[in-house]
Order: sequence, then structure tokens, then C-alpha cells
Amino acid sequence: MINLSEVAETNEMIEKENLDVRTITLGLNLLDCGDEDLKACCGKIRERILTAAGNLVETGEKIASEYGIPIVNKRISVTPIALVGAACCKSSEDFVEIAKTLNNAAKDVGVNILGGYSALVAKGMTKADELLIRSIPQATKETDRICCSVQVGSTRIGLNMDAVRLMGEVIVKTAEETRDQDSFGCSKLVVLCNPPDDNPFMAGAFHGVTEADAVINVGVSGPGVVKTAIEKVRGESFEVLCETIKKTAFKVTRVGQLVAKEASRMLNVPFGIVDLSLAPTPAIGDSVADILKEIGLEQPGAPGTTAALALLNDQVKKGGIMASSYVGGLSGAFIPVSEDQGMVDAVNAGALTLEKLEAMTCVCSVGLDMIAIPGDTSAATISGIIADEMAIGMINQKTTAVRVIPAYGKKVGDSVDFGGLFGAAPIMPVNSFSCEAFVNRTGRIPAPVHSFKN
Amino acid sequence: MEKAIITVVGHDAVGIIAKVCVYLADNNINILDISQTIVSGYFNMMMIVDIAESKAEFDTLCKELEEMGKEMGLVIKCQKEEIFDMMHRV
Repeated sequence: MINLSEVAETNEMIEKENLDVRTITLGLNLLDCGDEDLKACCGKIRERILTAAGNLVETGEKIASEYGIPIVNKRISVTPIALVGAACCKSSEDFVEIAKTLNNAAKDVGVNILGGYSALVAKGMTKADELLIRSIPQATKETDRICCSVQVGSTRIGLNMDAVRLMGEVIVKTAEETRDQDSFGCSKLVVLCNPPDDNPFMAGAFHGVTEADAVINVGVSGPGVVKTAIEKVRGESFEVLCETIKKTAFKVTRVGQLVAKEASRMLNVPFGIVDLSLAPTPAIGDSVADILKEIGLEQPGAPGTTAALALLNDQVKKGGIMASSYVGGLSGAFIPVSEDQGMVDAVNAGALTLEKLEAMTCVCSVGLDMIAIPGDTSAATISGIIADEMAIGMINQKTTAVRVIPAYGKKVGDSVDFGGLFGAAPIMPVNSFSCEAFVNRTGRIPAPVHSFKN
Repeated sequence: MEKAIITVVGHDAVGIIAKVCVYLADNNINILDISQTIVSGYFNMMMIVDIAESKAEFDTLCKELEEMGKEMGLVIKCQKEEIFDMMHRV
């Protein structure tokens, strides 16, 4: 039978160490909402979301109260909209109409973010894909709950450099369109290589075409819990450190598994996966940077950071894998800058640079995330940053992502503030040497040799 | 049987357990196990209860216990047992 100290440990994690379920994400297939008529298509999309997700928020709150664990976000991911709108959208403006429909539907079911305003163009762009991508600046300006993502590469396919070049331009344009809010639109736009079909975390969540009609994916978090656990083994060997992280990740993931099963039962929607990521927030004690410091670094960015992060990421996966029957999504440590106060402090202290962050993305679970860069950074340079990051994902057979914010009108020394979970960040300097001639080459970078496994 | 865990944390005082027990009895909730410790005047109690025959809905139970705790200057929580089982048992 459960004893007092175990109950106290769980409740301490929840009350003092910010243990929470970060998100219950309902994945919805919208492929059957396609129609030649835009209005009809929007009507079907709205109907589908309202019917399927009407109880989502209420269910999340009920589970939270039954188990006494906060469930921070209730969200929706949908089929990439470039596919859904392909038959009816003849212009970028048409796609913006769908974005507005999604936004209103999300608002009506009480969901704070909906992901899947996406295009998958790893090899080539259809006309619809291109129209959707070009609509992103306007769509982010006219909506407040929609997240956009574009896949531009994969290990099996290689990198679509035409899409990489286009995304540089789209990011600059998005920053300009949302300049009144510190270019906030860019924080809802991510470029991906090897994205998972079942990721519950935003901004990169979409409901992949390999998925069923509806599915429940749950993202757990708990950087504060890991940090507190390893405080107790300060100075001990790597074996003890790794064992401690693993055990903690196991416990955290078990909670996610419980919530996922319960949500699946209550909503009568199949359970997909638990994503066992360490997702920081700007709250004190909810930081991945603090874990790196506790492992033994003065600041993230110091020599040893990549190794420490590699260790952390791997132990989180090892502990979590046994805790859930289906682990998926991104599952690892996230290293966003603005969303993690410890990372912001490291940048301000001069310890953490863009280049070091890039190295860290080789071993973390995602990529360059929530990084503010000068507003005058050229589209070509941003494309260069994307190409580098996508190449890391392609060669290492992992998910990588770029979510940078070229803050309009701002330069190094300034900062941006998005508020809430998105946080605030100093503008980081970018290498100013040109990559224009490289980016302006057309076509694709071929798939790497180790992708040929057939 | 449907188990829930009630925890009471705060400064020790006369009649804490009595009050909680009376409330549970009134709602037809059976107590299966009680354990408690007091460290330097700080009271920490856990009860395992069976809520299968409870007269009150689980939500109401949680709210009323929380209220009762506030009146006594304590934090009282009621949670379904599975969260602890999942976390601490393989």
C-alpha cells in the first residue's frame, strides 16, 4: 500500500517543483473536410473541431482535479492545412480564411493554441504548399491561436533548399507583419526536419497523415523535479547522477501515462503517445538551464554543456521509455531561450551564443528555439541558419527545428517580451558574413548515404 | 472499491482527525488506513479511504475538504489513488 512519504514526495513535486502535465493535445484528422468550395471546407472544419473537441477543456480540468495535478494546456493539432485546403485554396488569402476558421473554432472550444497550419515540403512544394507558406505572415497577423510549421527536410529525402530559401523570406515577412508585438508571429512559426507525426508540443504540432481520425497525445514536463532530485546527489559520480535523472523521468512520465489513459477513456478517443519532454517555462524553478548548472556548469554555454545536455537527454529518454507503453513526439530536453529564465541569464552573462546553441541542438530533442535575433538579419542569413540546423537533423536522423525571431527594428542590446509562457529574451548577435550565394542555389540537397537502407 | 488519498498538512491542533473523520462518516466514506507524523509541531497526515459508496460527488468532496482545511488553517487535499500508484509502483 502507498505510504506517507511517497504521497508527500508526489505532492511536493506538484506543489514546489512545478511538476505538471504540460499539454493534452487532441490530434484531429481534417482530410475529409476537403472541398472545392472554400466556404464549405471552412464549415466542415469548424463542425469537425466543435464536435470532436467540445469536451476537451472540461475533461482536462476534471482529470486535473481528480488527481490533483495541474494540466496546463489543452490543445488541438490538425492535419497539415496545405493538404486540407489544396482543393479550394486558389490564393494565399484563401488559406488565411482557413486560418481564421481554425482560430475561431479554437476560441469556441476554449483551446489556447491549435497547431497544424502546416506544409510538408521535404522534397518539393505543391502549388497549395507554396500558397500556404506564403500566407503565413498574414495568417499569424490575423489570428492569435494558430501555430504554423513547415517541414523542409528529412533523413530519407534530403533538404528542399528552395523551401529553405523561401522560409527565410517568410520569417522576415512574419516579423514585419507582427512588428507591433515584438514580431511575436515568429514565435508561432517553426521550420522542421524529421518532424514526428504525433508531437503534442507547439509550435511544431500537427496531426500526421499516418494517424487515425482522432488521437490523444500527452506532453509531460518537470525540469524542476529533475533539478531538485539531482541537488541531492551533488558531487556524486556520473553513474549516480544518471540513475537519479532516469528514476525521476520515470516517475514524471508515469503521471503522463495515467493522464493520457484517463483522457482517452473519458473522451472516447484512442491514446496515441506520451511525450516525455523536459519543457521549461519562464517560471522560477522550471528551467532546463538550471539542471545543466546543477550538473556542474557555471552557466549553460560553458565547455561541457553539450556533454551535459547529451547525458540529460539520454537519461530522460531511458527513464521515460519504461514508464509508458507508447512514447513518442519529441521526448527529450527542450532548450528554448526566451521560455527558460536560466538560458536568458546565460545569454545576458555572455556565456551562451547562437553557435553554442547550435552545437547543443545536436544532442537535444529539438533545435534552435525561441531565439531573438536582430531585426535587420537578412532572409538569406536566416535561410543559412535553417539549412545548418536542418542538416544536423538530416545527418543525425533526429528531429531538428528552427524558431527564430528577427525582432523588427531591434538590435543587439535590445530585448523582446512576449509575456506568459513565451517569455522574454535579449537579442542575440548573428554571424554577419554572407551565405547568399549558397542559399541562392536552387534545388535540393540529396539524402545522406546512410538513408539508403532498403 | 475506489480508493482516494486524503492528505492533511499544517500546524498541529486539537481535533483535526476527529473533524475529518466525522465529515467522512457523514458522507459514507470508509477509512482504510491512517498514518501521521508530527515534526516540530508540523502535522502531516495521510488517509486511504474508499469512496465507492460516497454520498458526495468526488469534486464536491475535494472542495468541502479543502474548505474545512482552510477554516482550521490547514491544507487538505483529496486525490484519487492511481497517481501515487503509477508513480511509485512498477
